[in-house]
Amino acid sequence: MTYESMLAETIAFRGHHGDLGEAYYARPLGGPWPGVVLVHHMPGWDEWIKEATRKLAHHGFATIAPHLYFREGPGSPDDVGARVRAAGGVADEQVLGDVAGAMEFLRAQPYANGKIGVIGFCSGGRHTYLAACSLDGIDAAVDCWGGNVIVDDPKQLNAKRPVAPIDLTAKLRCPLLGLFGNDDENPNRDQVNRTEAMLKKLGKTYEFHRYDGAGHAFFNATRPAYRPEQALDGWTKVFGFFHKHLTAAAAARAA
Amino acid sequence: MCSYIVEKAKLLGSAKGPNGWMRIDTANVYYDHPFHAPLDHALGIDFISEADGGRDRVAVELSAASARELVAKILAALANGEIEHGKAAHHPMEAAE
Repeated sequence: MTYESMLAETIAFRGHHGDLGEAYYARPLGGPWPGVVLVHHMPGWDEWIKEATRKLAHHGFATIAPHLYFREGPGSPDDVGARVRAAGGVADEQVLGDVAGAMEFLRAQPYANGKIGVIGFCSGGRHTYLAACSLDGIDAAVDCWGGNVIVDDPKQLNAKRPVAPIDLTAKLRCPLLGLFGNDDENPNRDQVNRTEAMLKKLGKTYEFHRYDGAGHAFFNATRPAYRPEQALDGWTKVFGFFHKHLTAAAAARAA
Repeated sequence: MCSYIVEKAKLLGSAKGPNGWMRIDTANVYYDHPFHAPLDHALGIDFISEADGGRDRVAVELSAASARELVAKILAALANGEIEHGKAAHHPMEAAE
C-alpha cells in the first residue's frame, strides 16, 4: 500500500506591494514537488476552494490558494467577499501582485522542484489568463471557465480591470489548458471559440476542452451545476497537464 | 457570472444580525454565485450601514423565484397594511434626502 500524507494549513504570505496576507496551503510531505497557485472564484476563499487546494496536493502539487480579499478583513470569507463585491471587485494589478507573491512563497520552499503552475476558476480563470500573459516564471496555466477574457462591451473595462485579457494573448508565455462547459453563458461558446482562434493565430501552446451537458463551474460539487462525469474528466486533464509541464519537465531536467 | 454588478438601495431601517440590532441605510442587491445557498446563481441582499463603515451585514441568498415571490409579498403586505393603518408618511429623515 502506498503511504499518503499531506499537510494543509493557513499560512502568511507577502502579496502585492509586500502586503502581508493569508493563504491556504496544502502540500504532500516529502518532495520534490512542483508548486501551484490556485486563484479563487468570485464568491471568495470558500470551502470548495480549500477542497480543490487539497485535491491538487493529493495529486502531488504543493498548492497555495491566496485569499485575494484579505485586505478587506478581518471577517469571515463570505462577509469579506461581500465587501469586495460592493466595492466593484479587486484590481487586476493587485491580483497579479498577490499571485506573484504566492509564487515567491512556493519557490522559497526547500522541497520545491522549481516548476510552478497557476490554476483559476471563474473570475480566477480570467486572473489566470492575465497572469500567464503578464508574469514571468509560470510553467503552465489552467483557465477553468474564466469569464470576461473577451470583453465585447468596452463599458465593462474600468480602472480595476483596464484591459481585456484577450488583448494580452501575444504575451502568453506558458502552455495553457482551458476547460469550458458548452452551456456556459460567460464565457459562451462563441467567446471560447474566439479565444482559441486568437491562441491559434499567435502560435501559442494550448489545449482547450469543451464539455457538452455542462455549464459554468461544473467542478463544484456543492452546486446544481456539478457534472460528475465531466468534472472527473476535467480534473484528469488538469492533473495530466500539470504533471507533463511541472512534474515530468522537472524530472527530465534533473536527469 | 462573476459580474460584480451591484444595485444599491438606500434604506431607512434596522436589521438584526449576530451582534443584535443595527441600523441600516443600504441594501446591496445582486444576482450572482451564492456563498452558501445550493444554487448556481442567487439573488443576494446584504443589508449594511454605510454610515457605520459597512463592515457588518445581514445577508440573504434567495433563488430567483423566491426573490420574486418575496417582492410580491412585500408589496402585498404594504398594500394591506396601508389599508389598515393608512398610507405612511415619509419619515423625516427620508424626506430630508
